[in-house]
Amino acid sequence: MSARDAILGRMRRQLGGAATDGERRAAVKQRLSKHPMGIIPGRAQIGHAKQVKMFIERAESVQATVKRVASPDDVPKAVSAYLRARNLPASVRMGSDPLLKAMPWAAAKSLEVKAGPSDGNDLAGVSHAYAGIAETGTLVLTSGPANPTTINLLPDHHFVVIDAADITGDLEAVMAKLRKTSRKGPLPRTVNLVSGPSRSADIEQTLILGAHGPRALHIIVVGNSK
Amino acid sequence: MAVEITSPQFKQNTRDALKDAPLQRALGKVREGFIHKRQVAIDALPEFDALRDSARDIKNHTLAHLDLYLEAYEEKVTEAGGHVHWAETAADARGIILDICRRVDARTVTKGKSMITEEIGLNDFLEQCGVTPVETDLGEYIIQLRGEHPSHIIAPAIHVNKDQVESDFRRVHDHLPANRDLSEPETLLDEARRVLRSKYFEADVGITGANFLVAETGTSIIVTNEGNGDLTQTLPRIHIVVASLEKIVPTLDDVSQILRVLARSATGQEMSVYTTLSTGPRRDKDPDGPDEYHVVLLDNGRSAMLGTQFQDMLRCIRCGACMNHCPVYHTVGGHAYGWVYPGPMGAVLTPSLIGIDKAGHLPNASTFCGRCEEVCPMRIPLPKMMRHWREREFERGINPATQRVGLGLWAFLARRPALYAFAMSIAIPALSLFGGAKRRYRYLPLAGGWTRYRDLPAPESRTFMQQWKQREALKQEARP
Amino acid sequence: MSDKPSPKVGLFVTCLVDLFRPTVGFAAIKLMEDAGCIVDVPRAQTCCGQPAYNSGDRADTRAIAENTIAAFEDFDYVVAPSGSCASMLKNHYPSLFAGDAGWQARAEAFSARVFELVSFLTDVLGVKKVDATYEGTITYHDSCSGLRELGIKAQPRLLLQTVGGTRIVEMGESDACCGFGGTFSVKYPEISNEIVGRKTENIGDTAADTLLAGDLGCLMNMAGKLKRQGATTQVRHVAEVLAGMTDTPPIGGSD
Repeated sequence: MSARDAILGRMRRQLGGAATDGERRAAVKQRLSKHPMGIIPGRAQIGHAKQVKMFIERAESVQATVKRVASPDDVPKAVSAYLRARNLPASVRMGSDPLLKAMPWAAAKSLEVKAGPSDGNDLAGVSHAYAGIAETGTLVLTSGPANPTTINLLPDHHFVVIDAADITGDLEAVMAKLRKTSRKGPLPRTVNLVSGPSRSADIEQTLILGAHGPRALHIIVVGNSK
Repeated sequence: MAVEITSPQFKQNTRDALKDAPLQRALGKVREGFIHKRQVAIDALPEFDALRDSARDIKNHTLAHLDLYLEAYEEKVTEAGGHVHWAETAADARGIILDICRRVDARTVTKGKSMITEEIGLNDFLEQCGVTPVETDLGEYIIQLRGEHPSHIIAPAIHVNKDQVESDFRRVHDHLPANRDLSEPETLLDEARRVLRSKYFEADVGITGANFLVAETGTSIIVTNEGNGDLTQTLPRIHIVVASLEKIVPTLDDVSQILRVLARSATGQEMSVYTTLSTGPRRDKDPDGPDEYHVVLLDNGRSAMLGTQFQDMLRCIRCGACMNHCPVYHTVGGHAYGWVYPGPMGAVLTPSLIGIDKAGHLPNASTFCGRCEEVCPMRIPLPKMMRHWREREFERGINPATQRVGLGLWAFLARRPALYAFAMSIAIPALSLFGGAKRRYRYLPLAGGWTRYRDLPAPESRTFMQQWKQREALKQEARP
Repeated sequence: MSDKPSPKVGLFVTCLVDLFRPTVGFAAIKLMEDAGCIVDVPRAQTCCGQPAYNSGDRADTRAIAENTIAAFEDFDYVVAPSGSCASMLKNHYPSLFAGDAGWQARAEAFSARVFELVSFLTDVLGVKKVDATYEGTITYHDSCSGLRELGIKAQPRLLLQTVGGTRIVEMGESDACCGFGGTFSVKYPEISNEIVGRKTENIGDTAADTLLAGDLGCLMNMAGKLKRQGATTQVRHVAEVLAGMTDTPPIGGSD
């Protein structure tokens, strides 16, 4: 007997439920297809403009920095200003995301834009977020050629551009959106929910930013609420 | 091969722990840090207790249908191009992992933090088989350098002090200048970051654990703060997830509920920095991510807990709140428990996994203060289950003989109120009398466990029952 | 209260009060009589059974529980001057009889009538103040079972505030275990000692001259440690102070 069959068989014996038990199967099928929603905290059940504000406050409370700009065209300037202010090289890495591509990077003087995934030699990377969660100030990033996962992890400084309209109230709203996007196949290989820059408290419980992932997370919120 | 078990020597372990000054210094910080941070976080979420109920109900439903959810999960992983491997025992799991490593000729394996790989003793095994495992979580890296095991399930190096880390780094990173400054946690972290960066790129295989496995989508989820787990599962060609099979949660909505109680209970964060959902290997057009995605599902005694008094333990999400609030853990730290899982959750889980004959001390070494159950996000009745283990021990007659005789004698009397009252009416006045003017004993035969460290207050006088009887008799006489 | 018949209360003395601190039993009777109860003490009681229960000995626990339940069946209320014993009677007895419908029903009916002394005074009898004075600075330890299984925290403080001459100072971590844990204190004396050491440190930091709590086990443990450390803190059960019965030497003596 395979390990699989032995384990599943033992479970059924212990639980006293047969594999053919229609009622149990129906309960599982029902939950998987209907995915009933649980308790949604009241804090983010507010108007969209307030959700955007809450998203920014919560992100800042976990040590992200946030800049609001009116239009996608303003993003390259915001990126170069950030780099200049911190005396960082004028160079960023990004994927093939259409929104990012369409931005006037050439207009930001002397800013080098490298395409494709990061190999660990980039100080700064730019990603376009799939969504944001107001409840906890969390960014949602999905893998693919548009936004390679390595850009979320390897550069010291991670810029994340998010359209204000993509900010939702709660985690469940993002799960629903993912479910919709992936209707015809599996979820993206990687979905990163990111709340602030990387950190560790493993040495004497002293919290230090910049563990293995980015040392700084700079969020650029584009546009106004819906 | 597996982790050495020292649980039978719990008493000696605790005596050693009490004498260990650096450990005691480190434990002081557990009491200060975690408890306060958790409280602040839950005070900020009015729905916290309702979410705990919700999380408990989700897990109860899942465990009652665990076989079916595992089947559904496996189907989804396979659809996404991943592979599910079933392991009955620790040895089976080690064998499956080694086979994958050998097939791709792996020399180096990077690892994200995983208690399951501790449980199966993976690092020692891989090393013996010629594969070098590199722990990448800062705490795990530190204890790997020290040749130790985690003493806490979410803060593995919590027993280690800064100066000890400095000397370990100087010893192991001997290619770096000897006069470098490593006096602060920041400089230590920075050095670990630099040293480990190259390891992610060198590794052929990345191994992570999983906080959750989602049946709806075939997704594994890791929850971390450092980002090391993400690098571990993104850069090497092969990603292996090692998870015990109770990590299953039905849907993305269900996991959202539990995520809300996890980080708050663990570190007092609303969300950990990285909550990462992984589904299958990289897609055709993806520029990064692993080519292969494997999930090793470990049983190792868990399926036999279903349908028993210990089923509720399988709700555990490994947040560590129970140990963070445990007076015994605060006193002796994690290593004293003698195996992988310390604190109250370990006191319940360990006997299930290695046997009550070896782990008998663990469920006994509790004051039943109930704080673990009070803070458990999954509402696991930990003291009740520790008591169930004591019942199993009693039934099998494996608790110490002195204890059984003493208890037997006491119970014999306690079941016979008249005899009990008579015996006490002789013993207690004597014990009161010899208590002298100080009203206490510094030493009393047969009470050495107590009087070694504490005085024993002397009984006030005769027993209450003697005095009450007399009072009632006087009342009777006074009546006409 | 006057238009209702006086509640008939059976005092569950608890073994430690019976053997070590009878004053607490008499203080409990006085407090309840002052609040209009008729109190009696059934003879056929010994211990709540926790030593057996927490040692995994269910058969003896059940036999003791049957005795106790039978002894208290004629009372409106069963009151114990201990959170730990009251919780045993109230929360744990019913689980001993699972599968035995007759006894389970008796245990549940019994359970519904069980209360811890101080919370019985405030929550059931509606007592808002006591007639007592005690000159001193008091700190109060929240014993674990009372706190977490019965929700006793505000009640003793509420009544202590009405005692003349006292001042209450809160200790750090007043809700942390004192390390007693019944047989734990003798099975694992080194660990128990460390835990009670942290407790006496917190007590010492308050500079209070009197330590109160609602459970004699915890009190004997803390008093034993304080005395071994040479502290002069006076240790008493909360009922003694609330009833104004503080003529007897404190637990473990006064110096």
